Amino acid sequence: MAALDTNPPGMIVSDEVAIDINNMNKWYGSFHVLRDIDLTVQRGERIVICGPSGSGKSTLIRCINALEEHQQGSIVVDGTPLSSDLKDIDKIRSEVGMCFQHFNLFPHLTIMENCTLAPIWVRKIPKKEAEETAMHFLEKVKIPEQADKYPGQLSGGQQQRVAIARSLCMRPRIMLFDEPTSALDPEMIKEVLDTMIQLAEEGMTMLCVTHEMGFARQVANRVIFMDAGQIVEQNAPEPFFTNPQNERTKLFLSQILGH
Amino acid sequence: MSDAHAHSIAFVRETELPPAPPPTAETGAVKWVRENLFSSIFNTIMTILGLLIVLYLLSGLIPWIVNGTWEGASIRDCRETLQGSGGGCFAVLAERWPQLLFGFQYPDYLRWRPSLAFALLFLAVPPVLFFKLPRWMLVITALYPFVAYWLIWGGTAITPIFALIGVIAGYFAFTRVERQGFVLGLLAGVIVAAIMWWIGGYIAAEEPGWLRIEAVPSREMGGFMLNMILGIVCVSLSIPIGIVLALGRQSRLPVVKGFCVVFIEFVRGVPLITLLFVANVVLAYFLPPGTNFDLIVRVIIMITMFSSAYIAEVIRGGLAALPKGQYEAGDSLGLDYAQSMRLIVLPQALKISIPGIVNVAVGLFKDTTLVSVISMFDLVGMIRGPILSSTAWTGVYWELWAAACVLFFVVCYGISQYSQWLERQLRTDHR
Ligand SMILES: Nc1ncnc2c1ncn2[C@@H]1O[C@H](COP(=O)(O)OP(=O)(O)OP(=O)(O)O)[C@@H](O)[C@H]1O
Ligand SMILES: [Mg+2]
Repeated sequence: MAALDTNPPGMIVSDEVAIDINNMNKWYGSFHVLRDIDLTVQRGERIVICGPSGSGKSTLIRCINALEEHQQGSIVVDGTPLSSDLKDIDKIRSEVGMCFQHFNLFPHLTIMENCTLAPIWVRKIPKKEAEETAMHFLEKVKIPEQADKYPGQLSGGQQQRVAIARSLCMRPRIMLFDEPTSALDPEMIKEVLDTMIQLAEEGMTMLCVTHEMGFARQVANRVIFMDAGQIVEQNAPEPFFTNPQNERTKLFLSQILGH
Repeated sequence: MSDAHAHSIAFVRETELPPAPPPTAETGAVKWVRENLFSSIFNTIMTILGLLIVLYLLSGLIPWIVNGTWEGASIRDCRETLQGSGGGCFAVLAERWPQLLFGFQYPDYLRWRPSLAFALLFLAVPPVLFFKLPRWMLVITALYPFVAYWLIWGGTAITPIFALIGVIAGYFAFTRVERQGFVLGLLAGVIVAAIMWWIGGYIAAEEPGWLRIEAVPSREMGGFMLNMILGIVCVSLSIPIGIVLALGRQSRLPVVKGFCVVFIEFVRGVPLITLLFVANVVLAYFLPPGTNFDLIVRVIIMITMFSSAYIAEVIRGGLAALPKGQYEAGDSLGLDYAQSMRLIVLPQALKISIPGIVNVAVGLFKDTTLVSVISMFDLVGMIRGPILSSTAWTGVYWELWAAACVLFFVVCYGISQYSQWLERQLRTDHR
C-alpha cells in the first residue's frame, strides 16, 4: 500500500509545520503542570527537550499524541487539531510514533508480531506485506535475526530498538521519544542512539526528551529547556550549551555536564 | 594437604583419575528415601505415621472393592452374596447406572442421543483448549452447541438451525457495522440475530414436523448429564460475560460502571442457593402468565450470573496487574479501544487470570449439584431421591456417593491438569 519511506531521505527542515502548540495549559487536579506552552515544530526538525525531573517534559510530549489530555490552548498535529473527537485522536496517533522509557513491548507477542500488529489492524495492510515492512525496519535497527523471539528474551538495548522499529512500521511522520535510553546500561545506550541518529539523518521529525547531551549536540536543530512546566529557554545546540542565558538553564547544565 | 602447601603451590597432574561409580547407598531410590523420608527423627516419625494411615485406609478400601459384588437386584441380594465379607454392594451401580447418568425419566431408547452428544464433545472442545490445532476445527466447536441441543432435546431441527443462522447473520451484521463503532456493531448484531430467531420460532411453530426427532422435555433431564449440561453451558457463557463485566467495571462511563459494580457486588453477596430458589419459584411470578420459561434455562441464567460475577473479579485482578505502559503502547500505535483490549490487554490479563478462572469453573461445576435442592434430579438428586428411597436400595450410601465422587473428581482433576498445562504453554515472557 504505502511506499517504503514516507519521508524522502535527506529532507531538511522545511517551512511546513508538523506540530503547532499554542498557549497550551494542563493541570493535574489543581497542580499546574504545563504553563502557556508555545511550540512550533517544522517538518524535519529534530528537537531535544531537557530539564530537571518533574518539570513536565514527559507530560508535554504525551499531550502531543493525546496520551494525556490538555485543558487549554490548542495542539495541531500534521494539520489535524487535537480535539476530544476519537477519530482525530486515532488519526494523529497512527501518524505519530512514540518510544517509551520502558519500551512497552507486548510480552505475549513475538518481535515480528509486535511490529506487524498495528499495521495489520490499524492500517489494514495484508499480513504478508506487513511482515516484509517489519523485516525491513528490523534490518534497519540491526536485529532481523531476533524476529521470532519474544521481548523477554532480548536485552534492553535490543528491546528499545524493536520498539523503535515497531513505531516505524506504522510509517509515522513524527517520532516522539521519552527518555529512550535512561533505563539502559551504558553499552546499550550507544546502539539505541545510533539508531536514532540514523533516523534523524533520514529527515524524520523528532521530539526527544533525553539527557544525552552528546546526542543533542550531534543531531538536534534546537534544544528546549523546561522547568516547572514552562519552556525556559530554547536555542540551537551550540549557543544553548556554550552560552545559556537563563540562570536556571545555567544551573541545570552545570549539574548535568559538571561531573 | 598443609604439607603439600608448605613447599609449593604449583601442581601438575601426572596420572589421569578414571571416573568412579557413586557409592551404591547414595544413588537412586535409596538416596531419595533417606533424604526425603528419614532425614531426621521427626521426619522418620511422620513417615511411619503416614505409612500407617495409608495402610489402615487401604486395608479397609481394598477388601471393600475386591470383595464387592456387581450382581443382584437389591440390597438384600447383596447381603446374601457378600455374607458379611465386608465387600461393597456395587450391584446398585450395575443396575442403576443409566439413572445415575441420564436421570430416571429420560427415555431409555433415546439414551444414545445424549451419549453421542457427549462423544462429540471430544471433537468440539479440543480446538478451543489446544490452540495448536488447525483453526478450521473451530467450525466444529461453533456448530457443536446446536447439534448437541438438537440431540439432547430433540424436536424439529428448525429451532437449532435458525438459532445458528441468527448467530451467523448477527456476526455478519456486526462486522459490517463495526467500523462505525464497536457498540453500534454489537447492537446491529444483536438486532439481526433476534430477528432471525423470531422468524425461526415462527417457522418452527408452523412446521413442527420438519426434520423432527422425538422431543424430550427439560424436566426429563437428569443424572450426571444434567450436571454436565449445566457445567459446560454455564462455564462457556460466564467467561465472556465475566470479561464484559470486568471491562465494564473499568469503564469511564458512569452508567456502565455503576451497573457492573452493582451487579457484581449484589451477586457476590448472595448465596447461589437463594438464586436457585429465585429461579425456581420467584421468576415465575414475574413472567407473564402462560409463558413456559424452561426451568433449565432459568437455572442456567442464575448459575451463569453467579459465576460470571466471580470470573469478572478474577479478570479484574488480571487487568489491574497489567502495567499501564501496555495500554499506552496500544494507544500510541493508534489501536482503538476494542482492538487494544482484544489484542493486547485481554490476552495478557486472561493469562494471568487462568488459575483463578479454573478455580471458579471447578467450583461452578461442583455447585451444579445444588440444583438437587430445587428438586431437579441431577446426579446428587438422583442418589438422594429415586435411588436411595427405592425399597431395593435403601442404605447403599457408600457405593453411590463414591461413584458420584469419582465422576466429579475425574472431570475436575482433568480441568485442573489442563490449566496447569496451559500455564506452562503460555509462559512466553522468559524472565
Ligand atoms: N498522573 C499524574 N497525576 C498527578 N500528577 C502527575 C501525574 N503524572 C505526572 N504528574 C506530576 O507532573 C509533574 C510533571 O511530570 P512529568 O512526568 O511530565 O515530569 P518529567 O519532566 O518527565 O520528569 P522525569 O524527568 O522525572 O521523567 C511531576 O511533578 C509529576 O509529579
Ligand atoms: Mg518523564
